[in-house]
Amino acid sequence: MTNADKNRNQRLRQVKKENARRFKEFKKAKKRKIPESEYVTQMKNQDNILEIDGLHTFFYTDVGTVRAIDGVTFSVPRGKTVGIVGESGCGKSVTSMSVMRLLQEPQGQITSGQIRFAQRKENRAIDLSKAPQKVLEKVRGGEISMIFQEPMTTLNPVFTIGRQLDEAIQLHTEKMSKKDIAAHSVEMLKTVGIANAEGVYKMYPHELSGGMRQRVVIAMALACHPDLIIADEPTTALDVTIQAQILDLLRNLKDKINASIMLITHDLGVVAEMADYVVVMYAGRVVEQGTVQDIFHNPSHPYTIGLMKSRPNILGSEGDRLYSIPGSVPNPVDLPNYCYFHNRCDRCGKECEGPFPQMVQLSDTHRVACYKALENQKEVQK
Amino acid sequence: MKQYIIRRVLISLVVLFGVSIMLYALVRSMPSDYVTLSTSTNPNVTEEMRDHLREIYGLDKGIFEGYIDWLLSALRGDLGESMVMKRPVSQVIAEYAPITFSVSLISLILQMLIAIPLGILAARKQYTKTDYIITTLVFLGLSLPSFFFAAILKRAFGPYGLDWFPIAGMLNARVNYPDGMTWAKLCDYFTHLVLPISVFVITSLGGMLRYTRTNMLEVLSADYIRTARAKGVPEHRVIYSHAFRNTLIPIVTLLGSSLPALFSGAAITENLFGIEGLGNIGLRASQMADVPYLMGFNMLLATMTILGFLLSDILYAVVDPRVRLS
Repeated sequence: MTNADKNRNQRLRQVKKENARRFKEFKKAKKRKIPESEYVTQMKNQDNILEIDGLHTFFYTDVGTVRAIDGVTFSVPRGKTVGIVGESGCGKSVTSMSVMRLLQEPQGQITSGQIRFAQRKENRAIDLSKAPQKVLEKVRGGEISMIFQEPMTTLNPVFTIGRQLDEAIQLHTEKMSKKDIAAHSVEMLKTVGIANAEGVYKMYPHELSGGMRQRVVIAMALACHPDLIIADEPTTALDVTIQAQILDLLRNLKDKINASIMLITHDLGVVAEMADYVVVMYAGRVVEQGTVQDIFHNPSHPYTIGLMKSRPNILGSEGDRLYSIPGSVPNPVDLPNYCYFHNRCDRCGKECEGPFPQMVQLSDTHRVACYKALENQKEVQK
Repeated sequence: MKQYIIRRVLISLVVLFGVSIMLYALVRSMPSDYVTLSTSTNPNVTEEMRDHLREIYGLDKGIFEGYIDWLLSALRGDLGESMVMKRPVSQVIAEYAPITFSVSLISLILQMLIAIPLGILAARKQYTKTDYIITTLVFLGLSLPSFFFAAILKRAFGPYGLDWFPIAGMLNARVNYPDGMTWAKLCDYFTHLVLPISVFVITSLGGMLRYTRTNMLEVLSADYIRTARAKGVPEHRVIYSHAFRNTLIPIVTLLGSSLPALFSGAAITENLFGIEGLGNIGLRASQMADVPYLMGFNMLLATMTILGFLLSDILYAVVDPRVRLS
């Protein structure tokens, strides 16, 4: 065994030991009863439904710590749609899982930061990252609901559609008779455009097509009139015509119940069509955020500029190669503190060697984390 | 469904016919026969007398002829007379099957009652102390040979140890019990069965437990479990309603295939504890090359195996809505 191997093994053992200690502490802390004063907070801006503030979500693995979310800050205004874009592994889904507190514990932990959520019904704001299980169960499905990526596997195969819908409703409504619940379920199925609602109510998931199932999932998510819908790549697994239908449906229903949507996707077309605000993530950090106009007309981070360039262009001449950003995403284990994009960036300079850049405010809505943000912008505007 | 069952039963008859041919050929191909085995220690028996005996037992005929004879009488419902027990095979099976069946059924139920909850617990607490303790103990039980484990239990709890339980038989021979079932008789049965059932359960617990654990782990990482949690379903309901129904699917298959085991019992364990059951008799019958009993017993097991598979296929369709029998 060479010396390097020995050092490596020693380091891995250290990591394992450290993790075991962390998990133990985490479990111990979980048993504690959390008093209300610890998780009830104030929203910074009353117009927001959700404020994520300095969120850090880490995964402790056997090979080291993955900083999946490393200081993410953004907010979702009431009644608006916020699109979160970025490539695979940039932390989009982990952000949504953190909000729902559905991380694989104890390996995945929210280590710091706040997720403030305005509870309209109770007229208060709570910090989801600290709220106890009981409170979370009420929030999940009732006030925040989620639409998942894979409609083929998100429904339980052994229960009927009706039973799964009824359960979602029954968990969040008190004093509703079984008959009323069933009627509401059928009503929801009709709302999402399922023609044979009574029939589908009695069916099992395997009897439905992918698009139908996604409609059922949406019906389930909207059944309790949530204030926030987290849609984690809701159309990725569907074909294009169904995609358009589902997006239309989502937009109309959102307006109907006056909810906000946090839309996670890597499809820029979907974002342009649906979102009011856009958050661009890269390797667990927000690199740029702003309104759709800001991001699409005036991209200022080299990564965003690259993303915009790599869209297929119908007007381009035939045979043009699609642009792709050179290099690949860095290995997420134990990342040091610098701009993670600097080795893929074509305008990287001396100053980019420094620590991760601070957010630069370009306008009221537009913020970007790049040392050369202002230069970039000038260049684009030319 | 009805059509499916009828078709399966008809196919089963063909399979059973094939099985009977193979069984008979195997049993008759044993290097020695009942007459040789039972008279070998008696110097007064001459070769002529042996041949005469073979004629009486029908062992003088060849395999083919013998099989035709067996088949014809079996089709008429006559399974022949057991050489070891000196009684008709059907009578022997009818008398001893309830003993084996009840002992095995109690063991199977206990096994399920212990294995499934422990398997779920081990899966929920994966990679914790609880999980390690359960899996280690179960693995120990799985790898202990039943004769060795039985010997330990007999020594520890039998008359030479703690003297808590009798170590052989089904009833205390020194007590005269009336023919019917009384409370005292039932208690006596119970104390005699504690040790053998412990051996049955502990040595066979592992398979089902590990099966449950693996399945539960797989189900718990499924997308629909995440959906259930995202709906706000409380954790215990996620486990015992959403996940358990899905874990049940493969366990049901396991249940169907344990049907033959209910009748065969564990021959060695029965033998070790002196329980007069089908398996124990079967063990003696195979030592003595008792052709009619072995045929009758094994055909019963073959039938039960086929029925068990049919049963698990039907149960499969019951617990999993995706499966439709046709």
